[in-house]
This record gives sequence, C-alpha cells and structure tokens, in this order.
Amino acid sequence: MADLSQPFDVLVIGAGNAALCAAITASQEGARVLIIEWAPREFRGGNSRHTRNIRYAHAEATDYVTGPYSVDEYWEDLLRVTAGRTNEALARMVLEMSERVPEWMMRQGVRFQPPLTGTLGLARTNAFFFGGGKTMMNALFAKTEELGAEILYDAQVTGLEIEGGCCKSVSVSVDGETHRVSARAIVVASGGFEANIEWLKEGWGEAAENFLIRGTPYNTGGPLRILLDNGARPVSDADQCHAVPIDARSPKFDGGIATRVDCVIYSIVVNKNAVRFHDEGEDIWPKRYAIWGRLVARQPGQIAYAIIDAKSQGLFMPTIYPAIEADTIRELAEKLELDADVLGKTVKDFNAGVQPGEFDAAQPDGCHTQGVDPPKTNWARKLDTPPYYGYPLRPGITFTYLGVEVDETARVLFGARKKPADNIFAAGELMAGNILGQGYVGGLGLLIGNVFGRIAGEEAARRAAN
Amino acid sequence: MNPETSALKESERLMTICNACRYCESFCAVFPAMERRRTFSSGDLTHLANLCHGCQGCYTSCQYAPPHEFAVNVPRAFAALRVQTYADYAWPESFGRVFKRNGVAVSLAMALGLGLVLLLTFGLREPSVIFGTYAGAGAFYRVIPYAAMVWPFGLVFAFAIFAMIMGGVRYWRATNRKSRAKLSARTILAGVWDVLTLKNLGGGGGGCNYPLESFSTARRTWHHFTFYGFMLCFAATSVATLYHHAFGWAAPYEFTSLPVLLGTAGGIGLLIGPVGLLWLKLKADPAPQLREMLGMDVAFLLLLFLVSFTGLALLALRETSAMGTLLAVHLGFVLALFATLPYGKMVHGVYRFLALVRDAGERKTT
Repeated sequence: MADLSQPFDVLVIGAGNAALCAAITASQEGARVLIIEWAPREFRGGNSRHTRNIRYAHAEATDYVTGPYSVDEYWEDLLRVTAGRTNEALARMVLEMSERVPEWMMRQGVRFQPPLTGTLGLARTNAFFFGGGKTMMNALFAKTEELGAEILYDAQVTGLEIEGGCCKSVSVSVDGETHRVSARAIVVASGGFEANIEWLKEGWGEAAENFLIRGTPYNTGGPLRILLDNGARPVSDADQCHAVPIDARSPKFDGGIATRVDCVIYSIVVNKNAVRFHDEGEDIWPKRYAIWGRLVARQPGQIAYAIIDAKSQGLFMPTIYPAIEADTIRELAEKLELDADVLGKTVKDFNAGVQPGEFDAAQPDGCHTQGVDPPKTNWARKLDTPPYYGYPLRPGITFTYLGVEVDETARVLFGARKKPADNIFAAGELMAGNILGQGYVGGLGLLIGNVFGRIAGEEAARRAAN
Repeated sequence: MNPETSALKESERLMTICNACRYCESFCAVFPAMERRRTFSSGDLTHLANLCHGCQGCYTSCQYAPPHEFAVNVPRAFAALRVQTYADYAWPESFGRVFKRNGVAVSLAMALGLGLVLLLTFGLREPSVIFGTYAGAGAFYRVIPYAAMVWPFGLVFAFAIFAMIMGGVRYWRATNRKSRAKLSARTILAGVWDVLTLKNLGGGGGGCNYPLESFSTARRTWHHFTFYGFMLCFAATSVATLYHHAFGWAAPYEFTSLPVLLGTAGGIGLLIGPVGLLWLKLKADPAPQLREMLGMDVAFLLLLFLVSFTGLALLALRETSAMGTLLAVHLGFVLALFATLPYGKMVHGVYRFLALVRDAGERKTT
C-alpha cells in the first residue's frame, strides 16, 4: 500500500475516465499522484467501464466515424437537448477541444474500432472503443501505472478538510481505518450520486425506491455532498438524471448496457393499470431512448409493460431476459399480473384505432392510430398475431446531473461570489451539469470527463508546483 | 436439440447476455457469429465454442466478468464445452472417455512403456545389438528392423488420422444440421488461411489478453513455432519415406540432406513452441482458464517437446553406442503421440478448422 503519511502533489478522488485523465496529465506534468478508488480492483473504473463511445467534432469521415460532425452542429445538438441549460463558454471550450480527444486517447493506449452493430445511430458522430469501456479504462489504468501514479483500491474518502477554498487534507478510510492524507491539490472525480437511493428521493420522492441503477453501486456521491456542504455552488437539480427503460428483472445495480429493452417503438406500453400512457411511436428509438426511463418513473409503482406480437419479435436488439410469452392477451395479462379485462380493452381499442399503412421498421413510417388516446404516431400495427410477448420495464438510472459549478480551469466555485477554489478541482460526472444541465447527447459525458479531467490534472499539477 | 448439459446451459446463458451487449464484436470471429443468431441451439453453441481460440480478450474487457453477478466468463465456459465436444465426437465413440484421463502421467507412462517394449523386444534378443555402434545407411534398422518400425507406426498413424477424420465428420454432421453455411473451395481456403495465420489469436490487431491483462502476441508466436515445427517434422518424415521407397535410400541421412534439415528445423520449432506455450500457461491468470483442460494441454505439449528432444538427441548421438536406446525411446514417444492424437489436445485443430470453415461460409451467406 502507498505510504499515506507523506504528502502527495495531487490526490485524485475516483478512478473513472475523468479521474484517470487527470491522474495521467498530472503525472506527465511531473506531479506525484495518488488515486483513491472506493471500488475493489475488479469493479474499478466507475461507470466508464459501462460506456462504449465518445462524441467528438471532426471534419470528415475516418476509420472510426462515418461522416463529418462540426463543432457548430455539436453545439446545436447540445443547445437543443439542454434547452439552453448550459454554460456556453465552458461548453464551447469542450466542443472545440473535442477534435483532438481521440488522438490523445490513442496516445495513452486506447484503441478504437469501426462502427459495427448496436451503434444506436451514433456511427457518424461518435467513435467506438475497441472492446468497449472497460478495455478503454484498462488502457488508461495501464498508462496511469506506467507513469508511476499510485492507486489505492477499496479506499473511501470520508471527509475533506476545507478552509477558505483550500483543501488541507483528505480523510481516507481503508480496512476500517481512517488516514488523513495531505496533498497540495485535489481533483474530485468521483462521479454522481445515482447509487444513493436516499439522495435520489430528494428529487423523486419514494418513487426512487423502485429505480434500478445501471452503473456502479459505488457512486453514492459522498465527495460531492461534502463539497456542497462546504459551500461549493451547485449546478442542475437533484431530479435531473439520465434514465432509460430497462428490464424490470435486472439487478438493482450494475446491469449496464445488456439490460436495455429496445422494443418500445414497435409495442404498446401499458402501466400497472393496463392502460397506455404515452405515444410509443414519436420518433426513432435512439431519440426516444432516454425519454422513456423518465416516463416509466412517473407511472404508478414505477413499472410498465411493453407488449408486442409475433410480427415484431426480432426487430430489435436481443434482450438479456426472455420475453414473457402467451397465446392470448388474456393469458399474457395473467402472466404479467395485469387486469385481463382492462388489458383486453386497451388492446381492442388500440387495434380498432390502427390505420392502414406501409410498415417500415427502420424509419418513422406514418403508421398511426386514430381515435386512441394517447395516439401512436408511427409503427402502429394491430396486436393480432400470437404468440404475444411482454417485457416488464423499470427506469434504469444511468447518471445524475446535480454537481458543482466550476470555472474554465476546473476549479470548484464557492459561495455567492463564485470564488474559485485554491486547490480543489472537479472533473467528470459531478461537474458535467455545467454543460449538460438537462437532456442528453450520447457520448458527451465521456468527452466532458476527458477534457475537464485533463484540465484539472494540468492545473492541479501546476498548483502543486507553486 | 436444446442445450442440456451444464456446459451447454452455461454457454447459452452467456451468449444470451453477450448478444444483448455486443461490446466484444471486434475481437474475433465468435461475436459476429453470435450476432447472426437470436437463439442458440446445441449445435450453434458447440460451433461457437470451437470457433473460440481462448484469447481472453472478451473476458478482460467484460463489464460483467466475475465477481459481477452475471459472472460472464466466456473463455472458460467455451473451454468446458470444447472438452465436451472432444469426448462427444471421438471415434470410436466409446474412446471419448479417454479424454477424461488423458493427463500428463498417462501420456508419459505410455511413451516410456512403448519405448521399453521396443528396447526389450529387440534388446533382450541380443543385448550387444542395442548397445552397438553403427554407421551408414540402414544403421537404425540393424537395431530395430524396418518392418518392426514401419508396420506398428504406419498402422497407428493411419488409425489416428482415420479416427480424427471420423471425429470431424461426426462433429460436422451434428453441429451443421441446419447450418446456412455454404461449403465451397473458397470457404475451405478461408478456413485454412485462418489456421495458418491464427488471425483470431490477434485480438483484432493488438494481440490477446493472454497470459495476462495486457495485450500480447506471444501465444500466437509460440503456437506458430509449434504448428510449423510439427509441419516441418511431418514434411521431413514424408520426404524420408519417399527417399526410402522411391529411391531406395535407407536412413539415416546426411546432416545436409533434406529430411534432416527439415526435421532439425521442425524439431527446433517443437522445442521452442511448446516451452513457450507451457511458460505462458504457468504465468496465465487462472480465472478464465479451465482446470479440466490443463492436463490435456500439458500432456500434448510435453509429448511434442519430448518427441522433438529425443529426436534431436538421436540425431546428435546417432554414431555412438547410445543410438539404440535413444532410437527406442524416441520411437516410444512418437508412437505415444500418434496413439493419443485422436484422444488428446490435437483434435482441437480438427474442430477449430471445421468451425472456421463454417464461419467463413456463414459470413459469405449473410
């Protein structure tokens, strides 16, 4: 174990993408770096190990992306999803720096692959990691170790001694023993608080009990809470989170990508009262993917059921859990524990409203309903071909947005006067809310982690040297 | 046929998870082949397991690897299914059981035993014969008569080849019943090319995560030494056979002759390759490995190494009084290798090749 009695130049809290980008950069600047990771080695890397791609601006198609994506288009996308809840100066800085991010990652040993399947329509804008997020993180870990940074696993930060925007020491609990570690600068990159159900309840009430957490159980937001309690300025809100519909049978934590259910646009989705509650066919699935988690979260019991018939089986990504299958709608209702009469009526009304049209699984096809509330505006086909299949859905929380405000040097801002911290830097999910106040653009989170991680690492190393 | 054994059930469980994730599609042929399916029959799973080269790229990159509750460990599950394949498709069928007992001790005992039999048979008849010193054409046959050498070896070798072909035929019939794969000269050539290059041990370019977490091409390198070493030795024997029968030139041959040059080069490959592979095996992370396969692996590698070692020793000392003993010992190892070919690790080559051919056919079809 690292000698914790000696002061370090830079102490990094967390070991996800942002944390390692900070540690690598600080080490390359000559700083002596310690990384505090709460998870054991097997589960290191935070939620970055569940990721797959990064969105970056580029002038033309390459081996890894299928076409150009300008900074301006990127900015338009960001502005649209956030509805203006973004710090334009920070956002533009990140987007402009994004062009050289894959190149930087490759220099650290990260590899990319050509877009293949399951790219969710991101092949033009996002570069995919060879082997996925864990392989990407393995490369960053290897680089971090090669540069001599020390990594302490199974170590939890329990306190920060902060005076006037300056962190004097960090309390680290290892094997039940608390150590006070001093460092000339700290980088807090410990992620959000999505694994902290009690905290989620502040935004969502008791409904949060029924949320499933797609990522690491170690993101309970401890260091974020400490910063906020010490007067760091918050950004975004406690109820802002990225949530997608996942199979209700998934594990409480860490189910990752495999638990997603992609059949919504071809289905009818009913709540536990067996009635529909939203237009399932609004738009192509990648654009609706992140809407449906929140929709399900607002239904009674935070559960919903996507129902398809034999015609639609096979049109979407295979699921990790088998569909619940029945030869009649009544039998399916019983298996899903729904009121069979109500479900029967829901399906009958829906079928009666389906208008004739040319079904096209690949794009909005205009096949819609009439006289049904809510309507289904695309891919509306009668449920009439047994067997019928049901998938139970719950909200799967990917990440939270509430974080701390930072400036362009990644310094955490304190108090009403937005005073930049002396030696406290933040990177990754717990400051992404500065740029992504709400909404979602796939692959932006990792980009923010990379850019702010590297800024934080460089600035922290510079601060430590003075 | 639905998956019924535990190895099949575990493989089906994992492929269902992997097919919903698909992060590994760049590593090797297994994952694109998986993506061509939504459900997995026993034949499909057996095919995928034999397509797997055990590079461990998917294990190292897996967000669901143990201790995650999904406990995704594809290399180990597929190794278990391959062990089952080797036993299930062995010919004759009842010999499949041998795979369970094909450890190091058995192979070595068999080799030494055979060597001893040879020694006793010809040595006891006339002790001075075995310890004599000989030179020139036909020297070997003065210790062990040509007929005594060729008949047992020819028969055992022919049987081994036949048994492996039968195993391959049984495997192909069982796993390809409903295959979409088109068998053609092109797909067979593609399979041969994949075997010769070990493309799938390349991890998509950077190598495998074997023996450890970092990327390395060591396994492919050592396997190439072993494979091409074996092939050169086979070529040496073939040329020598031709010499003997077509030209009437009896062994031993000059150091600069073609059989000796080929055999020496191959022999060196068979010393370096197996040692390298064994060394990697010792260093490797045991988590994605299957213990039950270890005995078979080590036995085969040791036999290859000792065949080569005794062969080269015989070459070096063939003009001394040790020649007779070394000849018997070497022949013992060669005979043991031949006899265990269809019931040991060698068969991985047969099924792997067939899986690669089928994969090439599927790729062409879809």
